[in-house]
Amino acid sequence: MKSRATNFLLILPGAAWLGVFLLLPCSLVLAYAFMTRGVYGGVVPTFSLDNFVRVFDAVYIEIFLTSARIALLAALVSLVIGYPAAYAISRLPGTWQLPALFFVILPFWSNYLIRTYAWIVLLNRTGVINEGLRGLGIIDAPLDILYTESAIVVGLVYNYLPFVILSVFSSIQRLNPEVLEASEDLGAAPWRTFLRVTLPLTMPGVVAGGVFVFVLSIGNFITPNLLGGGQVKMVGNVIYDQFTSARDWPFGAALSLSLIAIMMVLLVIQTTLSHRIRKIEKVEA
Amino acid sequence: MRRNSLPLTLHLLLTFLFLYGPIVVLVVLSFNASGLPTVWGGFSLKWYATLFANKKMLYPTLNTVVVATVATLVATVFGTLLAMGIERMRPSAKIDAILFMPMIIPDIVFAVALLGFYTAIKFTLGLHSIIIAHIVFCIAFVCAVVRTRLNGFDHALVEASIDLGASRLTTFRRVTLPIIAPGVVAGAMISFTLSFDEFVIAFFTAGPSSSSQTLPMLIYSMIRFGVTPEINALGTCIIGFSFLLVLLAQRFNRQGTN
Repeated sequence: MKSRATNFLLILPGAAWLGVFLLLPCSLVLAYAFMTRGVYGGVVPTFSLDNFVRVFDAVYIEIFLTSARIALLAALVSLVIGYPAAYAISRLPGTWQLPALFFVILPFWSNYLIRTYAWIVLLNRTGVINEGLRGLGIIDAPLDILYTESAIVVGLVYNYLPFVILSVFSSIQRLNPEVLEASEDLGAAPWRTFLRVTLPLTMPGVVAGGVFVFVLSIGNFITPNLLGGGQVKMVGNVIYDQFTSARDWPFGAALSLSLIAIMMVLLVIQTTLSHRIRKIEKVEA
Repeated sequence: MRRNSLPLTLHLLLTFLFLYGPIVVLVVLSFNASGLPTVWGGFSLKWYATLFANKKMLYPTLNTVVVATVATLVATVFGTLLAMGIERMRPSAKIDAILFMPMIIPDIVFAVALLGFYTAIKFTLGLHSIIIAHIVFCIAFVCAVVRTRLNGFDHALVEASIDLGASRLTTFRRVTLPIIAPGVVAGAMISFTLSFDEFVIAFFTAGPSSSSQTLPMLIYSMIRFGVTPEINALGTCIIGFSFLLVLLAQRFNRQGTN
């Protein structure tokens, strides 16, 4: 069939590229995870599960837990800031909504390194925030915020907040205004309408935004590296070490796989949840 | 129209302060003659002068422009074709998952996977290996953007054009392309920005030679060295450039939908 041949030709270049330079390298990492490290670095093709056993060492469990804690905090803080912001945007006059969203996303388009660096300028011991607070007489000694977990959380929230606002906003947009009116007509106070109607119905956006921030944060490398300054290590930093200074590629591969496994589980839960909520909505409608 | 209460409006304003405060501080400090973060020494362009006099800047900047341009061109063509092909097929969750992968996989994991792959096939590293890597995630983004554009596409238009005697190529040029053009341009803009800013993957696939250093790699090494007024100036230039690009893309997109 002619159209099938055209289809094949259309898909071929892109699919081949992704196959060779994405799927093949990823399969290779998958294979490395089950091999052994050579004496001088390198990879020896001897089957072994040792790398995965090592992932469960107390040291690495600790690092995964730290990463998960930081990512969870980043997701929660982003939602606490992002939900009311999205809600406020949805109640702006119609002509203001798109420009407001545009300016929410705009910072995202500038360089990630520079945006993270801006927080070093703000947070360091002689930085804008410390000197400002000292000038106002609020503190005597500079606060050590930079190179702590809090600094990493701030950096992650700063970078991923736009996604949360967008995702919550789109679920608020999908709300049926009649449902809200019904709640008000039946005498519910505005806060009650919000808690019992708006919030539950916008849950898909909340979950999607939260999971997105968590997934992007737990695998992040640059933010913990720059704002954690080697004091706080996340999984990404340990993977980096394995492929550079430690020269233990098989173990680095096993860590990468564990990280991706955690992300996959969360993404699957999120999609199933949002499908289920949509089904319930359909039944109710 | 429901109005916002005062606390809600205040919260929105504070959110924008949080989003733009750090950028504004960076821009203001880049013009500060004293070079200190808290002492205003008057307006000065001297940090920009030092920055542009710095010869170290030249090649990384050129490298970044080359990488981003080539990656964008290739990815825009491949990604658009891929989107057209996939939209003509039955929907498949597996294909969607593969196309979603480059957007969600941690950059450090993709970077080490590629480094392992390049090493295994004894591929010489340099600018070309960075370009190859960037094309991967750029294809995914172009494909996603063009697919949303194709979603509401009426295939009867293509059939009508062919029935009226136009060749497939003419049909593509005169019917399909004008309809998907805003998506293609938006995809290209996204690709260029992402590639221009990308650090982790470039860092791992650039190889040992300093001749393939990109601008983000240079920025990273400067930041590791400490806070300097020069980085503030460089950051301001890059932020200004990105915002300009986004505004251009926005204008083009609006023209396309009108």
